[in-house]
Amino acid sequence: MNENRNVKIRVRNLSKVFGNQPKKALELRNQGLKRPDIFDKTGLTLGLSNIDFDVYEGELLVIMGLSGSGKSTLIRCLNRLIEPTEGEIVIDGENIPELSDKALLECRRRHFSMVFQNFALFPHRTVQQNAEFGLEIRGVEKEERTKVARHALHQVGLDGWEDAYPNQLSGGMQQRVGLARALANDSTVLLMDEAFSALDPLIRGDMQQELLELQHRMQKTTVFITHDLDEAINIADRIILLKDGEIVQIGTPEEILTKPADDYVKRFIEGVDMSRILTAEHAMRPVRATAREEDGPRTTLRKMHENGIDSIYVTSRDRKLQGLVEVDTLERAAKEGKDDIREIMTQDFRSVTPEEPLHNLFAMFSEKSFPIAVIDDQRRLLGVVVKGAVLDQLAQAAEPPALDEAGKDHESMAATGDA
Amino acid sequence: MAIEIPSIPLGDWIEGGLNWLTSEYSVVTRAISRVTQTGIDVLNDALMWLPEWGLLAIIVALCWWVANLRLGIGGALGLALIWNLGLWEPMIETLTLVVIATFVAVVIALPVGIAAALSERLYKTIMPILDFMQTMPAFVYLIPAIPFFGIGSVSAIFATVIFSMPPAIRFTTLGIRQVPVDLIEAADAYGATRSQKLFKVQLPLSLPTVMAGINQTIMLALSMVVIAAMIGADGLGSEVWRAIQRLRPGDGFEAGIAVVILAMLLDRVTQSLRKGRKS
Repeated sequence: MNENRNVKIRVRNLSKVFGNQPKKALELRNQGLKRPDIFDKTGLTLGLSNIDFDVYEGELLVIMGLSGSGKSTLIRCLNRLIEPTEGEIVIDGENIPELSDKALLECRRRHFSMVFQNFALFPHRTVQQNAEFGLEIRGVEKEERTKVARHALHQVGLDGWEDAYPNQLSGGMQQRVGLARALANDSTVLLMDEAFSALDPLIRGDMQQELLELQHRMQKTTVFITHDLDEAINIADRIILLKDGEIVQIGTPEEILTKPADDYVKRFIEGVDMSRILTAEHAMRPVRATAREEDGPRTTLRKMHENGIDSIYVTSRDRKLQGLVEVDTLERAAKEGKDDIREIMTQDFRSVTPEEPLHNLFAMFSEKSFPIAVIDDQRRLLGVVVKGAVLDQLAQAAEPPALDEAGKDHESMAATGDA
Repeated sequence: MAIEIPSIPLGDWIEGGLNWLTSEYSVVTRAISRVTQTGIDVLNDALMWLPEWGLLAIIVALCWWVANLRLGIGGALGLALIWNLGLWEPMIETLTLVVIATFVAVVIALPVGIAAALSERLYKTIMPILDFMQTMPAFVYLIPAIPFFGIGSVSAIFATVIFSMPPAIRFTTLGIRQVPVDLIEAADAYGATRSQKLFKVQLPLSLPTVMAGINQTIMLALSMVVIAAMIGADGLGSEVWRAIQRLRPGDGFEAGIAVVILAMLLDRVTQSLRKGRKS
């Protein structure tokens, strides 16, 4: 799918050495030495080494790593707040490391807006003036920039706060101003450097949701840095995992979780709450049998008997879910001579979409023991989830026994989803 | 038995240098002298043209406006006392010298301080010079001032500017260097040029610190202007000087108290200006 998308930023062979005589460090690197050895020998820090990746137009790419992994260096190399030592970073045909100072300013103004971990708002400017900053730098007319900044503040829900100063706002609101400043600039790429890391967990979750909505609406190419895997999983289209200045794995959140490239990634993902990542689709089983709404009680009973089940979902001709009947009510109806199961079917069951996170399904099971119906947006029955399957799925995810097995499992899930 | 070490003729060298400067640049010093004297005269005449109660009212209103009513009342009482002691004219002369010396010092100090904040090399060159300027006993500046500008108020201004400038430079440099790096980074990230960064971020954020430096400069200028009475500067200093020569401690203290009142007024007003800017 990614092959068809436009590449917005192409990063090739990017390396960064901190210290004098960076060539020496690169030579040692080329001889196969790793960061700690290079530091011992030369005192130079290999911040980034041979980084290759693409950022696709409109995607939300998360660069994740622990502190010292080079993620902050990487995002700052993109707009050259840190000078890369070697490599190319091409955005819309321009190779950023080769730009003149003047062209670099122009490039930063047009392409990059940045949101910072500690907000970096200007304390002497009002919220409105902060939001206008990028436009002011570009020399946009006062009237126009007031309008644009107001709209940006509106988008992040800060109407009415225009004349406040940053120190009058809470952390979450300050970062909304940071976001508004970036949005108002209308650059082609949004760089977010640990943007939500300084916020408390509840606000953080809200901000992630809002970012997702904004991103979805505006299709803004976004590079997001974080050290928090949960956050990465939550918002990313793709994740790049960095360790010691090198890329360990690039993939969708699901790929990272289900097919970790090596032990490092595996250890990294151990802390993730799998029930939030896996969805109903993963635990879904094909329906063994359904009743049709024209079926009589006796036909239905027979279907159930053959499949060894004591409740059955009733669908219309076009597989739309109508209801559920239980074996007791059917038997009673058969005795009483009723022949329309529509009269005796119940709506007292739970249905979810395939995207429903598994952890939401637990609560549903505690009420009734019926399988949960998984339906699409037209109420067509896709499959069912039984209690055991959820637990199975979580157990598997918690300790993926071996790489290839986890991979296989992932494929079979996909197959079920298609059915 | 003592070994005869010839003493280094440091004093001779400095004198030679000063003499050379005096003769070579007499055109320049004379021009500076003319301009400065004109400035002093104009400002002094303007302040003296106002009736005492008029100027008093203006100063009190200013105190009230920038600070509070309390400072206004205190200022009124202090100035009334000076008026009553018959020291109004010397006080105006001193104020004139302070205002002009501070103005010149700040006009030089701001760009130098900004440049030193932005260039590490200049910073390293300038800091020892500032140390020299500040630790050299203030009287010493009076001596070369005379051959440059002759006896009188212009020499006083020259010595005062040199003596009072360092804090304004230091605080300006400090203020700009104290601007948090993440704000500089933010400005850079949005593509700000060096001058945009300076005028939109660094200077506004360093303003409180710069104002503190200017406050220091005013205080130093006042103390120097008083000392400069020794080379013929008019004002409260010359009242003190005369009291010393005639051994009249009463007159000396009267003039001294007038200096204290003026100092406190100037200090409180500039402090309030600084705080006012902040909130």
